[in-house]
Amino acid sequence: MSGKQNSAGKTVFSFLRNNTVPLMFILICAVCIPISGFSPSYLLNEIITRLGRNAFLILSLLIPIMAGMGLNFGMTLGAMAGEIALIFVSDWQIWGIPGVVLAMIVSIPFSVLLGWVCGKILNMAKGREMITSYIISFFINGIYQLIVLYLMGSVIPIAHGSIKLPRGYGIRNTVSLLNMRQCIDNLLAIRIEGVKIPVLTLLIIALMCILIVWFRRTKLGQDMRAVGQDIHVARDAGINVERTRIISIIISTVLAGFGMILYLQNIGNLSTYSAHSQVGMFCIAALLVGGASVDRASIGNVFLGAILFHTMFIVAPKAGAVITGDPMIGEYFRVFVSYGVITLALIMYEMKKRRQKASIGAQLALAQKDDDRHEPGIGAQPSPARKEVERHE
Amino acid sequence: MSLLEMKNIRKDFFGNQVLTDINLTLEEGEVLGLVGENGAGKSTLMKILFGMEVIRDTGGYEGDILLNGQKVDFKTPFEALAAGIGMVHQEFSLIPGFTATENILLNREPKKKSVISEVFGERLDVLNRKEMTARSEAAIEKMGVKIDGTMVIHDMPVGHKQFTEIARELSKDQLKLLILDEPTAVLTEKEAEALLSSIRGMAAQGIAVIFITHRLQEILDVCDKVVIMRDSCVVKDVPSSETDIPEITRLMVGRQMSSVLKTEIRDNPDAPIALSIRKLWVDMPGETVRNVNLDVREGEILGIGGLAGQGKLGIPNGIMGLYDAGGEVTLRGEKIPLNSPRECLNASMAFVSEDRRGVGLLLDETLEWNIAFPAMQIQNKFLKNYLGGLIKWRDEKAIREITQWYIDELAIKCTSSRQKAKELSGGNQQKVCLAKAFALEPGFLFVSEPTRGIDVGAKSLVLNALKRFNRKSGVTIVMISSELEELRQTCDRIAIVSGGRVAGILPATESAEQFGLLMISQVK
Amino acid sequence: MKEKLASFVASFGLPRLIITGFLLALFILAPIVGVDLPMQITNVINRFSWNAILVLAMVPMVHSGCGLNFGLPLGIISGLLGATLSLELGFTGPLSFVMAVVISTPFALMLGMGYGVLLNRIKGGEMMIATYVGFSSVSFMCMMWLLLPYHKPDMVWGMAGKGLRTTISLEGYYDKVLSNFLQINIGKVSIPTGALLLFALLAFAMWAFLHTKTGTAMTAVGSNPTFAKAAGIKVDKIRMLSVVMSTWLAAIGILVYEQGFGFIQLYMAPFYMALPAVSAILIGGASVNKATIVHVILGTFLFQGIVTMTPTVMNSVIHTDMSEVIRVIASNGMILYALTRRSEVSR
Repeated sequence: MSGKQNSAGKTVFSFLRNNTVPLMFILICAVCIPISGFSPSYLLNEIITRLGRNAFLILSLLIPIMAGMGLNFGMTLGAMAGEIALIFVSDWQIWGIPGVVLAMIVSIPFSVLLGWVCGKILNMAKGREMITSYIISFFINGIYQLIVLYLMGSVIPIAHGSIKLPRGYGIRNTVSLLNMRQCIDNLLAIRIEGVKIPVLTLLIIALMCILIVWFRRTKLGQDMRAVGQDIHVARDAGINVERTRIISIIISTVLAGFGMILYLQNIGNLSTYSAHSQVGMFCIAALLVGGASVDRASIGNVFLGAILFHTMFIVAPKAGAVITGDPMIGEYFRVFVSYGVITLALIMYEMKKRRQKASIGAQLALAQKDDDRHEPGIGAQPSPARKEVERHE
Repeated sequence: MSLLEMKNIRKDFFGNQVLTDINLTLEEGEVLGLVGENGAGKSTLMKILFGMEVIRDTGGYEGDILLNGQKVDFKTPFEALAAGIGMVHQEFSLIPGFTATENILLNREPKKKSVISEVFGERLDVLNRKEMTARSEAAIEKMGVKIDGTMVIHDMPVGHKQFTEIARELSKDQLKLLILDEPTAVLTEKEAEALLSSIRGMAAQGIAVIFITHRLQEILDVCDKVVIMRDSCVVKDVPSSETDIPEITRLMVGRQMSSVLKTEIRDNPDAPIALSIRKLWVDMPGETVRNVNLDVREGEILGIGGLAGQGKLGIPNGIMGLYDAGGEVTLRGEKIPLNSPRECLNASMAFVSEDRRGVGLLLDETLEWNIAFPAMQIQNKFLKNYLGGLIKWRDEKAIREITQWYIDELAIKCTSSRQKAKELSGGNQQKVCLAKAFALEPGFLFVSEPTRGIDVGAKSLVLNALKRFNRKSGVTIVMISSELEELRQTCDRIAIVSGGRVAGILPATESAEQFGLLMISQVK
Repeated sequence: MKEKLASFVASFGLPRLIITGFLLALFILAPIVGVDLPMQITNVINRFSWNAILVLAMVPMVHSGCGLNFGLPLGIISGLLGATLSLELGFTGPLSFVMAVVISTPFALMLGMGYGVLLNRIKGGEMMIATYVGFSSVSFMCMMWLLLPYHKPDMVWGMAGKGLRTTISLEGYYDKVLSNFLQINIGKVSIPTGALLLFALLAFAMWAFLHTKTGTAMTAVGSNPTFAKAAGIKVDKIRMLSVVMSTWLAAIGILVYEQGFGFIQLYMAPFYMALPAVSAILIGGASVNKATIVHVILGTFLFQGIVTMTPTVMNSVIHTDMSEVIRVIASNGMILYALTRRSEVSR
């Protein structure tokens, strides 16, 4: 009787532990939504819009996790590639959906190059991929500024003065994308009771999900999963580990480029120097909120995370203002929660790694203690043998 | 024409002769049992056959390998695999989150082409899961032991992981020769029996098997012939029907010995007990200790020997607190708490670990730091006290002096006492570890594999230094070693550990055969 | 000769050589393009004096194997709490600086110990988690600066009367209190002796600590934790000590920075402050697990030199201010270089 309760209790406990972050977020949202006083239709509209805007970007994080590269802070590189493509397309004055499609195509070579560089550097820092990709995003941001702020207009020909800075070279702080604003969102959009559903955008996202599912079934997907779990075994089996890892980063960067273009067509406006800086952090936070971890993430995590995270994003400032009377509190609160959730997920991941190592040792000790209690008999279960250290000097 | 012929294989590692004129033949469908102590050369021989890079990186080998009459020289394991040689290592090479089927066909999965893969490359072919299941079932069938292809590896019992590895090799159609390196070490009795019949099945299908093991009964049960290696040579190559366990044992461990002076061995049963060990268990991966009971006499040099993986290394590591341990240890009447290196060091026990790079040395620091550190931290040596003991300052001069003294005493080859430890050769690094322990002036010393990786000339210097230390200061020494010979030269008594327990203690003057029998008894 | 040169380059590190060369070029160019060199040299020395202690704070944790302290903001927050409380309690002039140090200390100890406990639980993932712990605490404090009951009119927003301002001027408090102390003027170059003395004092204390029994143990823990454990050292305790030391030094460091800069900067200001300190020490020659006082001095000088000289010189040469971009590329490039070095053999 108590045994059953015990194991039921254990399952509940481990469910709670494995899903701490999404549960916490559901709690925060449940508290803040009524306080904020937004109407349901307003909220629904906002959430669907934001989902359409961000889901593609968050999806781009899945593949590196599969390949064991952890959270790809380098997705910012793809975002930058997308922005550069959009700058060119605006300059060439190609608007509407053709403009978006052209931007996506133009972003590909930039994304591939940046992804390749990023992947190469990450291969040199195995075991420290996350902090390295984090620093890479800053580093490439510097190079991006070098190109966009100094080389464009001077060395790289930009025809239209309207997007250039007054001094004659360098791109302005904001580039208007009004002529392609929401072109994809609006085509095939459905309006129900004040809620706008961007059907085409959602179709594109659904297509991406199907592609990801298909990808997992391919040889390359299988190779990535193998590399993500154990590099040495994969290498011994003949898989080109380095190449596979680089490919995963390249794919992620290209997808992030497309995702950024979709994001910007929804907003209608490019903040040339700041649009991409928060993108990486918010997408990673959203993915983690959806229940993903450093080594495991699914499509479900992406959508759950997008919805929960952006709900919090919308209601927190208002709720904070209502509770404390100061609107800034809410703003800071949502920044704090975004960082806090990443911190928590990282800590839990590390501690899980430790726990796994310790449990193996504890099991052995237990087996031996049992062994000692009954006098040693033949046929007692031996403990797993592990590598005997052989050294040749 | 034989399937495999190895002719006059020779290999040395930087002057250390590891294989001398090895000759071996193997026919199709024949099962060959390869035995020998660790260090005899078996693993090196297999590494050469399997084309592993470490062989090429250390100067290659001499001699010829012929496969079906054709000379071959594998540069990588992939070439060996392509030629039909498979190897199942001791440590598992499996992806923990994949199923058995996925592991069996890892990187050789059957695929289906599609439009996308025609354009973007064959890595985008979708895996043909149905075909994968069929092929893995076929391999499992071939193996003759039933395992669940859909089970994920980390949920599997250990024995099944072993079988998954074997099935993986068998699923390679071109397999002609399978090398099994200690496969039954992790199996229960029932599983081991299943494996043996599986080997017979493979042989019946024409696959030759090289079976490396310490379980001599299994060799006689399943092998057609037995090859015994010792000290880099093949000492006997005989059909299994024509030999027996005692003979194999004797050939494995017996040696032409330099005469051991009986007068040097001291046997004093009335000496007080210095260290008493009861019911010791140690969780050291690969060297598990289950239940060790042992008494060490005051002033003696006690040797602990045994085959690799049987637990002898776990004893000192467990007592000195480097790995989780339990049981009771008493030093001269005082109980020593386990799992605390500090307590042991405070009680004047010292330990020279077998893992000199991982545990024994600060590779990036100077010899001075390495030698003086424990003495400084435990006994406050080499420190200058200021402000009434509040500030303990490193006394660089004293450290340099003591380091130089040990450099001279143990003939450590180095450019100066300030050289970084990582630049020294293995043998000299070992001497630094010894100096580190001697600097503590301990009352009790554990030394684990003191001459591993040291060339012959330096070996005797190290062993004599230990003997001198013992005779001069009366320090009780426990020496753990895989080399029976050096134990017999240096120690008074020798305990043999097998299956995580003490199989027996004999005076060092006993014959090698007696020790060998103890080593293979109770082998788990 | 060629071999010697090659081995010098290898041990000094190519990126560092490039940066040093670049800075030398800037110094040489400066007078040629009409930049006021003595003033720039003063600026460089001043900025050195403000930043050096923050860079020094990296040393203990690198020694004990905790890696580069991306969690520096925690120590900075302790310092900010000390500074604001000192002002709130009414202290002025040089005394406000002393009290700021005194009040920061218990905060630094507390936060440092909590941080140390966390790092001990997650050995191997320190750097990434430290970064995010830093970010979370800064954003948490953003909320706190608004909510905590500060009242001093100098510090709070005028209209609402509560909630601290983003920047608080230190005039009348401890602005330049160290820099002006014993200030030496050589021609047109003025040297902030007080601040340099404090740095020298702390650097000497650090150097001395590393020569004591405990300091030696700390270096061993970073060099090979298994070795240290086998020698009876309590590895977790030593790591904790290094984290507390680092946090306290960061608190002092921000206070010294503030007295030089003249303002207390709250809210998001500490957010990215770890990165310049990290790249400064790396530019000085440190690696993820080896850092000396020399690295601190050299690195801070090179980093601050570049930050100061680039805008002025480049402005005069090509009439563009590319300094920000160059700083970002150089400092992050340096960190990348360090992260991609192969880990030490001793692990």
